Amino acid sequence: MRIEARTAISKPMIYIAPVLAIAMTMIAGMGLFLVMGHDPLASLYTFFIAPINNLDGIAELMIKATPLVIIGIGLSFGFRANVWNIGAEGQLTIGGIAGGVLALAFFEVDSPLLLPGMLIVAALGGMAWAAIPAFLKTRFNANEILTSLMLTYVALLVLSLLIHGPLKDPDGMNFPESRMFHDAALLPILVEETRLHAGVFLALAAVATAWVILGRHIIGFQIKVIGMAPRAASFAGFDQRKIIWLSFMFAGAASGIAGICEIAGPLGQIVPTISPGYGFTAIIVAFVGRLHPVGILMAGLLMALSYLGGENAQIEMNMPNAVTGVFQGMLLFFLLACDVLIKFRLRYK
Amino acid sequence: MGLDNGLQDGEKEGVQSLLSLRGIRKKFPGCLANDDVDLDVLPGQIHALLGENGAGKSTLVKMIYGILKPDGGEMLWKGAPTAIDTPSAARMLGIGMVFQHFSLFEALTVAENISLGIPEELAGPGLNERIVEISQVYGLPLDPTREVHSLSVGERQRIEIVRCLLQSPKLLIMDEPTSVLTPQETDKLFKTLERLASEGVSILYISHRLEEIRKLCHKATILRSGRVVSECDPSQETARSLAEMMMGDDLTLAERRSGTEPGPVLFEVSRLSCQPEDPFGASLKDISFALREGEILGIAGLAGNGQRELMGMLSGEVLSDSPAMVSMGDVPVGFLGPRRRRKLGLGFVPEERLGHGAVPDMMLWENGFLSAMQGQNLMSNGFIKVAKTIGFAHAVVNRFNVKTPGVDHNASSLSGGNLQKFIVGREIEQNPRVLIVLQPTWGVDAGSAAAIHQELMDMAANGAAVLVISQDLDELFAVSDRISVICEGRVSRATPVSETTVEQIGLLMGGLQENDSAITGLAP
Amino acid sequence: MDGTDILVSSVLTVITAATPLAFAALGELVVEKSGVLNLGIEGMMIVGAIVAFATGVTTESTILAILAGALAGAVMASLFAFTVLVLMSNQVATGLALTIFGLGFSALVGHGFVGVSYPGLIKLDIPVLSTLPIVGPILFAQDVMVYLSVAMVAAIAWFLTRSRAGLILRAVGENHDAAHAIGYPVIRIRFFAILFGGAMAGLGGAYLSLAYTPLWVENMTAGRGWIALALVVFAAWRPWRAFFGAYLFGGITIVQLHIQGVGVAVPSQLLSMLPYLVTIVVLVFISKGSVRQRLSAPGSLQKNFYAAS
Repeated sequence: MRIEARTAISKPMIYIAPVLAIAMTMIAGMGLFLVMGHDPLASLYTFFIAPINNLDGIAELMIKATPLVIIGIGLSFGFRANVWNIGAEGQLTIGGIAGGVLALAFFEVDSPLLLPGMLIVAALGGMAWAAIPAFLKTRFNANEILTSLMLTYVALLVLSLLIHGPLKDPDGMNFPESRMFHDAALLPILVEETRLHAGVFLALAAVATAWVILGRHIIGFQIKVIGMAPRAASFAGFDQRKIIWLSFMFAGAASGIAGICEIAGPLGQIVPTISPGYGFTAIIVAFVGRLHPVGILMAGLLMALSYLGGENAQIEMNMPNAVTGVFQGMLLFFLLACDVLIKFRLRYK
Repeated sequence: MGLDNGLQDGEKEGVQSLLSLRGIRKKFPGCLANDDVDLDVLPGQIHALLGENGAGKSTLVKMIYGILKPDGGEMLWKGAPTAIDTPSAARMLGIGMVFQHFSLFEALTVAENISLGIPEELAGPGLNERIVEISQVYGLPLDPTREVHSLSVGERQRIEIVRCLLQSPKLLIMDEPTSVLTPQETDKLFKTLERLASEGVSILYISHRLEEIRKLCHKATILRSGRVVSECDPSQETARSLAEMMMGDDLTLAERRSGTEPGPVLFEVSRLSCQPEDPFGASLKDISFALREGEILGIAGLAGNGQRELMGMLSGEVLSDSPAMVSMGDVPVGFLGPRRRRKLGLGFVPEERLGHGAVPDMMLWENGFLSAMQGQNLMSNGFIKVAKTIGFAHAVVNRFNVKTPGVDHNASSLSGGNLQKFIVGREIEQNPRVLIVLQPTWGVDAGSAAAIHQELMDMAANGAAVLVISQDLDELFAVSDRISVICEGRVSRATPVSETTVEQIGLLMGGLQENDSAITGLAP
Repeated sequence: MDGTDILVSSVLTVITAATPLAFAALGELVVEKSGVLNLGIEGMMIVGAIVAFATGVTTESTILAILAGALAGAVMASLFAFTVLVLMSNQVATGLALTIFGLGFSALVGHGFVGVSYPGLIKLDIPVLSTLPIVGPILFAQDVMVYLSVAMVAAIAWFLTRSRAGLILRAVGENHDAAHAIGYPVIRIRFFAILFGGAMAGLGGAYLSLAYTPLWVENMTAGRGWIALALVVFAAWRPWRAFFGAYLFGGITIVQLHIQGVGVAVPSQLLSMLPYLVTIVVLVFISKGSVRQRLSAPGSLQKNFYAAS
């Protein structure tokens, strides 16, 4: 069996490959369940179908998908430009803290401006944290994968420091949690009896914005060219540094907003763990979504389902939560493998 | 054994071929690279393989060297049928190859590079001494301990050759060896090759340089579109007859324009100097020249003497240390990037098509946008005007005869010549006042090259100022009005082409002296 | 305890902290020298950790545990190698996928081993020499893996600079097109390099769960795989420097733990940040010297190799 280059990329494969990858993940997943001593089909049902069987489930799906989609969209710009921001989790954390601090600072104030203010401050916080690897890369050529990743660990420690100290709820019996946010600082609930909050609109807005920019805007074009052929970008007169900064700022702002959406949404307060690894999962979302806004939307929903499935499996089948990470890793892995079929053809000899 | 090896005048009866190819065929998706090729190389013979770009020469020798496998036909070594499956098998037979693009490792030393290219048994202790010995005997001096990135192109070629010679080859294949050498270095190489031939080593010499083949080779096999179209003794032919055999009836040479008075200066470079960012790059020293309306200036130079760095500074991809180092008309543009220089009327074509002049995986019309976005008003409020951009790409394709199924095809799907026509045409269609091109016809088939030369000359005739930076002296002498030389980051004073010769330019390409007298050595 | 005892015990803890980093960094160094960037180290380390721990607990054999850890790392690495070399997928994304998968997989497998204790690795007491003051316990009474790490750095350094196979590996990493043109099997060479790197990462992880803290904790690698990546850059791809770098970082980790233990009035989180911040600072300083970088970084690093034939 040999791999041979196609003369032109296969358009159908662009859509078939993700489907193929999902199928392979399912099969591998069933194998995994089997090995762990569970009925494969029943487990698959518990994992993928049961969680979204009812209204509440669908609401939860959208709640989990929201930060994944927002961050995934933010990251996709950078990835297209070959800027590898792996620190979204840290940017989410710092942004969330920033927005949350605003909420706590005004915890007696009842203004409609508070929520938008929190969003803006969170975006700025995320951008500030993302500015560090951006600066180190453009000024010192330091590898952004490592710098952004190291900063994630630092950000989590900063959160721990603050939540055990200045941000602790003074009336909270010394638990490392902040005060519960008051109503003006919480995202409005969209559907009664669920936790579905207005952050969903932000996710959709992100998708739409990205679609427009990447499709036909000069900034999207610059990003694509820089990612595909950096010297051609130089030929065209595109400024690499500007695009590197823009990539980090998009991602930082998106991550910060996602962070505050979690805090002002399902969490309602600042806690030591704001996110179950959304910043990393969003990387998978971006890739599975092929760095395309609509793809990211769908991939976000799929990944959110994997979170819900893991939780459900934990409850129903007593499986450790880690099974979620396994599924997510497998899906990305299979997708990368199937992607080869887009540019290359398998030849049997 | 009675092989019919097509005896020509002057060859001895009964001399068995060292290498024979019978009916060799090789097909790639979309093209038949070699079609029923017969070839005979005798021992001690310098045998030219002649043909223009794309004729199938490289493919043929890659099969001889074991990199590719033929789809049909057979190969005979010393009369016995052989299959050459890998380069090591070829080397074991006694076949050595010096590639056009060197297989060298920049960060490693000369000795390490040579060691990697020879079988393990030969690479033991004493290698350094043997390298020095062979390199001196054959006139190719090398220091085994130097790192390759510090060597000139000519010196690097010596590594490739010595690497082959250490294995005592019986057949040495050389693929376009002189494209990177000065005329003087070429003469030295020829002496080495003649010495080898006198010792019984056969040489298969690939080139499209007719004068060299006439000087050096005993026999020539001419390929066109993958087929052998004739065989001859090159010393009995003229350059013109060889060219006719190479290109058949398609021989159209570009028409030289009659000399006209050049107009005012449109683009000027004034004491341009810069240090490269890249550790492997060349620094530019105190360069000055001017481009005049209606005139083509040619700058000749071997790769690695600063052309790329110079191009970067002229286009604006690299900014100068002071604004006045580069100026267009009266405007100092040293601090302006490519987009602003294009606004002032500059067009430029970089050396590399895929990756620099065009994005390989983007469609042709998107590649058109790369340089035309401002000048052709292809944006509105930051949004790309798709229909208009497509229209522009169509205009370029039609006017410049670019063969492509459509402007929505990727740049990488075009042949080298056609893509180059598109890239050059993209600039010309925008009617720049100043056009700067680097290696405009490198790797391009003769037909497209002639078309590009004609376009450049038409541009000048219409009042533009054109600069052609190139390694190809034939090209420069064909199109330029004045010519100068770039060597080690310096540019000589320009002389009218009619007042100098290829030899004199060759000397300058080989090395300029520190003091001015040699630079201005060509009397105006 | 007197001064020398404190000194000795500090140095011993530094050695324990440095050894996992040393294994991982050395392995990655070889991989990168062949031209591949492996971001899956963290995943390979953690899988090595759990497999080694599980094997050690169930079989009670140290040797089997260590081998199992290395094997696990190599198996993970083979997945990476296949995807990146044969299927030519993006190296960054594939490495990340492997890390995420590895972290999840190890947590899954490790679920049943939380809270189980392990006796740790035995220290080999070299007769006579280990009784020397100060030097004795530090140099001559270490466990087998520490000695293995020293042997490996020497072996790798010799391999890369003095052996023909090492020269070929460097050539492949320097310019894979040229290596292919000469006739070297680029993919096969890289495959073995990646397997080696995975095995070394597995050994590093195994040391964490068998010796450093002889327990299983989810995510116990805590980013060491990433620090190992930084170490390779810091070392300018030279084995002894990577070893030294591992000890430097091991030292920093221990120092901040000790400061925390001593009860200095600095919040523990700030001290825990130290290794990560130092990594960033080091990266900046290394990257600034871009000329030297260019010459020491393997020329084909991270570029996918497609043999057009």
